[in-house]
Amino acid sequence: MARKEIVALLLAGGQGSRLGVLTRTIAKPAVLYGGKYRIIDFTLSNCINSNIDTVGVLTQYQPLKLNSHIGIGKPWDLDRMNGGVTILAPYMRTEKGEWYSGTADAIFQNIHYVDEMSPKYVIILSGDHIYKMNYAEMLEYHKSKNADATISVIDVPYEEASRYGIMNTTDNNKIYEFEEKPAQPKCTLASMGIYIFNWDLLKDYLISDHANPTSEHDFGKNIIPQMLADGKNMYAFNYVGYWRDVGTLQAYWESNINLTERIPDFNMFDPYWKIYTPNPVYPAHYIGATGKVEKSIVAEGCMIYGTVRNSVIFPGVTINEGSVIQDSIIMSDSLIGHGVEMYCTILGECSVIGNNVKCGVGEFAPNQYNPKVYDSNITVIGSNTVVPNNAVIGKNVVIDNYITPHDYTTLEIPSGGYLMKGGDVE
Amino acid sequence: MKRAMGIILTGGKNNRLKELSLERSIAAVPFGGKYRAIDFILSNLVNSGVSNVGVLTQYNIRSLVDHLGSGKEWDLDRKTDGLRIFPPYLSEDGSGWYKGSADAIYHNLTFLERSNEEFVIIAQGHAIYNMDFKPMLEQHVDLDADITIACRNMDDFTENEKKLLGMVEIQDDLRVTDFSEKPLNPKGSMGSMGVYIMKRKFLIELLQNSAAKGHTELVQDIIVRKISTLRIFAYIFNGFWRPLSNIQLYYKTNMELLNPKVRLELLMDRRKIFTKVKDEAPAKYNEEAVVHNSIIADGCIIEGEVENCILFRGVRVKKGAHLKNSLIMQGSCIDENVSLNHCIIDKGVTITGGKTLNGDSEWPLIVGKNVKV
Repeated sequence: MARKEIVALLLAGGQGSRLGVLTRTIAKPAVLYGGKYRIIDFTLSNCINSNIDTVGVLTQYQPLKLNSHIGIGKPWDLDRMNGGVTILAPYMRTEKGEWYSGTADAIFQNIHYVDEMSPKYVIILSGDHIYKMNYAEMLEYHKSKNADATISVIDVPYEEASRYGIMNTTDNNKIYEFEEKPAQPKCTLASMGIYIFNWDLLKDYLISDHANPTSEHDFGKNIIPQMLADGKNMYAFNYVGYWRDVGTLQAYWESNINLTERIPDFNMFDPYWKIYTPNPVYPAHYIGATGKVEKSIVAEGCMIYGTVRNSVIFPGVTINEGSVIQDSIIMSDSLIGHGVEMYCTILGECSVIGNNVKCGVGEFAPNQYNPKVYDSNITVIGSNTVVPNNAVIGKNVVIDNYITPHDYTTLEIPSGGYLMKGGDVE
Repeated sequence: MKRAMGIILTGGKNNRLKELSLERSIAAVPFGGKYRAIDFILSNLVNSGVSNVGVLTQYNIRSLVDHLGSGKEWDLDRKTDGLRIFPPYLSEDGSGWYKGSADAIYHNLTFLERSNEEFVIIAQGHAIYNMDFKPMLEQHVDLDADITIACRNMDDFTENEKKLLGMVEIQDDLRVTDFSEKPLNPKGSMGSMGVYIMKRKFLIELLQNSAAKGHTELVQDIIVRKISTLRIFAYIFNGFWRPLSNIQLYYKTNMELLNPKVRLELLMDRRKIFTKVKDEAPAKYNEEAVVHNSIIADGCIIEGEVENCILFRGVRVKKGAHLKNSLIMQGSCIDENVSLNHCIIDKGVTITGGKTLNGDSEWPLIVGKNVKV
């Protein structure tokens, strides 16, 4: 294969367990976002918009949806003879197969993939974030500093700095110290988990890290600190702009609903930085004579006969007459019956809400199923789930994926309640 | 249906679509919020299992060629077969512009000769319908027909509109006994949809014979002349069908999409209509938006009032704008306090603040491409 200057390695194996039922059957990068996209689309689009045409996507947790979504990479123009997108799943080697035991181990297990292109640089990305970034600028910076590694950083508020990996730098942005979630941060430059390495150097570090039984095989915990300890030339690249880890239900909801603002924090309408995704084959959407849409995003194939306010509606959704959808996220191909009232709800794909259902009503109560994940006013209903006619569902409720009308013992699920299928609890 | 190949005729030159077809072939006129006319026949062919399709083009082909690309949106980017575009070309024997539909196919006879499907489906590029050609082919084989013409009851057209169609007379056994193209006094209610099925080898023969006699038109010179000598049958289609033959039909057919029945049959069927994708973000409604009975495509940002309209991709409707009964094509911008009624706004137009434009339901006001009003 022809030599490439840079190869992107996109870590897409994360579960995103704090997204609850949304990531029960799909990996976090595959979660729908912004009325049309999946979270990984932003990173993939960044790659192609930055002229990176060789991307390895490392999958592990629930890869089915991701695999079919990415396919041969056509929507991102990554269906190439030379390079393009390659899904890198864990695989069997001569004697045993191993799961990826950490971010560094995932790359280690795919050294041969990178070597085939013998690139000078690799960029390590994660498929978990919503942002627009020109990696080409970061590469230029990496080259101009003659760096061994460059880490993209974002300035975060001081109060939040202790939640991140913090890069302590000298005046010229040279990194002299890395602190993982420091209690007393010395600065506010947080690592975004985006690294550019000189491949030959990284390869050496991956091989020696693999041989180290005490290592967790993690970039942040092992590789970066080791490089710093060895006095490698490492620089911080300052990113300015929108960057969100939509890893909790609250953050996910806020980031989506913010898109409906007149001038949202994140602009999806930029003609010079398009976000690509497989386009569903749907006609333009239709707002009926009784329909009313205010401050919302509506995708193709929808039919709106009810009222939609401050909400994000994905493709192929039907909202019938007399229904009010407010502060909610309705995912693809779901059906909302007549006379429904829905507030502050995240509804999964292909679900059906019966007539006269009330959802997200009442007062907040702590969730009885998993209060760590479900800890806000947001009610979450999974995909392929039916909510029967006349059901009344409170706030902070969780209803699993694939729930049928037979699974309901009562049509009233008060705030903090849940309805889960049997099986493992996350 | 590997048994049939498709040939799409994208029509001669006429200005019945006014400004809309000044710079584009009729087959390439934007339709229904995100489509172009040719998407319907292409999707119909593909959905009927046809994977070898030739498009014969003549006038203003740039936008059409740009739209079709390699045919990947219709799954027609294939190693064998797929989509082929045939513009006119010059050759030693002095040919050049296609002189008619038969002449156009005759000039690309090699395409027919090198294909190996038994049957050919010939269709027009500017009609809006969602049809499965498989039963039509079955009937063609069952009746041992020479030519089968797709026909339907045209009573949902006005008398004037019928003058733009090909009207046929059909016997009880479905045999076509009379065919009058664009009749001055249309009789009866059965009309041709401009879709023909025949054997590929039979078509080659017909074209060679008619070329020898200097005949150039498929309908007038071949079908009409041979109506009594050939076994020509009608296949009756009962669905929605509209040719975009003039500006009234174009406007009316777009507006008919606001009828849920029409929209469901045409666009929401399991036989999907494919088109080139544009990767726009979903449409955004700001607080002031008031939208009723309208079709809105991706990439629109709406702050005004919109009623009985079709907004194509990437349209901006600013505050205080008032849009009624209008088609606004891709990327146009309607500024603050503009009022539009019965207008067709072509691509990339800006209507500046405070303007009022009123057309008529029979004669919608057309604003040509890329202008600023």
